[in-house]
Amino acid sequence: MTRIVSNGQGSSAAFALLALLCAGSSSAASDIEIRGSAVIEQRYFLQDALYDEQERANFSVYGEAEIYKAFNDGDDSISFKPFYRIDQNDDERTHGDIRELIWLHVGDSWEMRTGIGKVFWGQTESLHLVDVINQTDSIEAIDGEDKLGQPMVNFSLIKDWGTTSIFVLPYFRERTFAGIDGRPRFALNVDTDNPIFESSDEEKNVDWAARWQHSIGIWEIGLSYFDGTSREPILVPELDEESALLRPYYPQMQQAGIDLLAVMGSWLIKFEGISRNTTAEDYSALVGGFEYTTVGVFDSQFDLGWLMEYQYDGRDNTLLTPSQNDLMLGTRVVYNDIDGTEILFGIIQDLDESNSRSGFIEASSRISDSWKWRLDAWFFSSNSPEEPIYQYRRDDFVQLSMEFYF
Amino acid sequence: MKINQMHIRSLSIYLTLLFLCTIGKEGLAQTPQEKGLEIAKERKLRDRGWEDSVAELTMVLRNSQGQETERAMRLQGLEILDGGDKSLTVFDEPKDVKGTAFLNFTHAREPDEQWIYLPALKRVKRISSRNKSGPFMGSEFAYEDMTAFEVEKYTFKYLEDDTYKNRKMFVVEQTPIDEFSGYTKQIVWIDQERYIPYKIEYYDKKDSLLKTLELDEYELYLDKYWRAMRTEMFNEQNGKSTELITHEIEFKTGLEDSDFDKNSLKRAR
Repeated sequence: MTRIVSNGQGSSAAFALLALLCAGSSSAASDIEIRGSAVIEQRYFLQDALYDEQERANFSVYGEAEIYKAFNDGDDSISFKPFYRIDQNDDERTHGDIRELIWLHVGDSWEMRTGIGKVFWGQTESLHLVDVINQTDSIEAIDGEDKLGQPMVNFSLIKDWGTTSIFVLPYFRERTFAGIDGRPRFALNVDTDNPIFESSDEEKNVDWAARWQHSIGIWEIGLSYFDGTSREPILVPELDEESALLRPYYPQMQQAGIDLLAVMGSWLIKFEGISRNTTAEDYSALVGGFEYTTVGVFDSQFDLGWLMEYQYDGRDNTLLTPSQNDLMLGTRVVYNDIDGTEILFGIIQDLDESNSRSGFIEASSRISDSWKWRLDAWFFSSNSPEEPIYQYRRDDFVQLSMEFYF
Repeated sequence: MKINQMHIRSLSIYLTLLFLCTIGKEGLAQTPQEKGLEIAKERKLRDRGWEDSVAELTMVLRNSQGQETERAMRLQGLEILDGGDKSLTVFDEPKDVKGTAFLNFTHAREPDEQWIYLPALKRVKRISSRNKSGPFMGSEFAYEDMTAFEVEKYTFKYLEDDTYKNRKMFVVEQTPIDEFSGYTKQIVWIDQERYIPYKIEYYDKKDSLLKTLELDEYELYLDKYWRAMRTEMFNEQNGKSTELITHEIEFKTGLEDSDFDKNSLKRAR
């Protein structure tokens, strides 16, 4: 009896399957995938602003789409990812970018990417030292994880002994900075219209990079080298009678990097180190620590993760280097619920200046299949004017976002 | 020469006797542990040779009030005959995790190797596989329920014969060897003719019944491989359930090792 019923369902399932297959194959020829997200964001600052131009509240919207098409049985594909943000107060933050416009060809044991793309290198969470292919879209978020699209030709060879990638980067993207109405921002306006390049080819200097990455047992190992225009500018003060500005200076640099991760039971050990040579300064920097996760804490379905990372940077006094001798402590709570609720708390303490620290909260959860809320908050504290975050000391904020996915 | 022949002859008699003894032992004095292991080995053996598979799945998550949420994913599997299988899961829904992909190398005795790909950051992250008892995508399935059955992961004990869904079953208790499994034991109803499971009971660390998995709508592929098109996990303690529906599955599609590495994880869509 059971079997007869089950056979009946089986054949109707087979018909449904057939219908699905037909629909699938007829649309495959012109199958263009479109997906993306649209987000509204409200930011509220907890203190009065340091500068007259700044507001207590800021509203912002942005959208990002991905248009994708595969051809040649999936051996080739093109992906286009435009991005645009409109910001209520900061004209600089109202900006667009082509995050990706790239052709991927996959061979037998190799891949070739040509166009504008994004690459991630590294293993640590609090700082991304070895990750130098893409410029940071630093006006987007405090954490520096948003990146501008980078023009590239990238060849990767995939072998038993690891993945070796070569990059030729024919065009340089300048870092974004908050405008005079933006918040948070530096004390002086950054003159992004007048950058200074060490290379006489300016932004057309051809940079190159190489990376080898491999998994060996419990280890993830990466070695990288970069030669070209530094993504990180030195901000040079320019003072005259009418104005005081910071001009971004982009030196040439050579950087060798190593990144490691080891899985030891519930522990993930992470490390990144770089040695960087520029005409201005030669220095090393490193970040290392662990992530430890316990599952089902207190008889619940929650996962609780602990993160600790130490940050060291050999530079002495730079506006853009808050990580000279700092410790990041964090806790990640994963609810493992249907809505995918997660909360991450963290604090970054300066070990030289005990009064300098920043804290953050990132929380998100799904409302429906298409909607999600996200809460970000940052807190900055410093009494030391020589500390980079001193400039953000009045910029504690809470930001609520509603994200729509399509 | 003659001595040699004599020698061989007596040896063969000896071997025959030994053989008969062994059969006798199997027939009469096989322990429940031996019988359980034998059934598990036969179950694995009968499922050998599928090479690779590509499937489209939906998960329906239900809470105790009967409200539903769906997940959509695609699953690629690669059979590794002398080791653990490999799998690549790509999520399609919910939309905020679309394109997120999960790569797993199953190992019988060592911890599985796992990576997750986060498309927004273009980042491949190695993750700790010790989190095997945690929920998979907020469902009632744990990560360890989603990985391939390997004989080496358990010890076995045959309990009894039973009739379930009008079919004759072996009831076998299997105990995970890994101390980080979320279960003290599982009780499996295995079809005596087909050697496939129809029901699994999962017991939690306090040894009380946590979940029951029912496997339905078995279909036969390539005249050899039985796959349940509909399985449902009932949580006996909180009233929630998750139904896993296979819409489409294909075998021997020509996938290779190179389709299951960190580079293919980044390309997965």
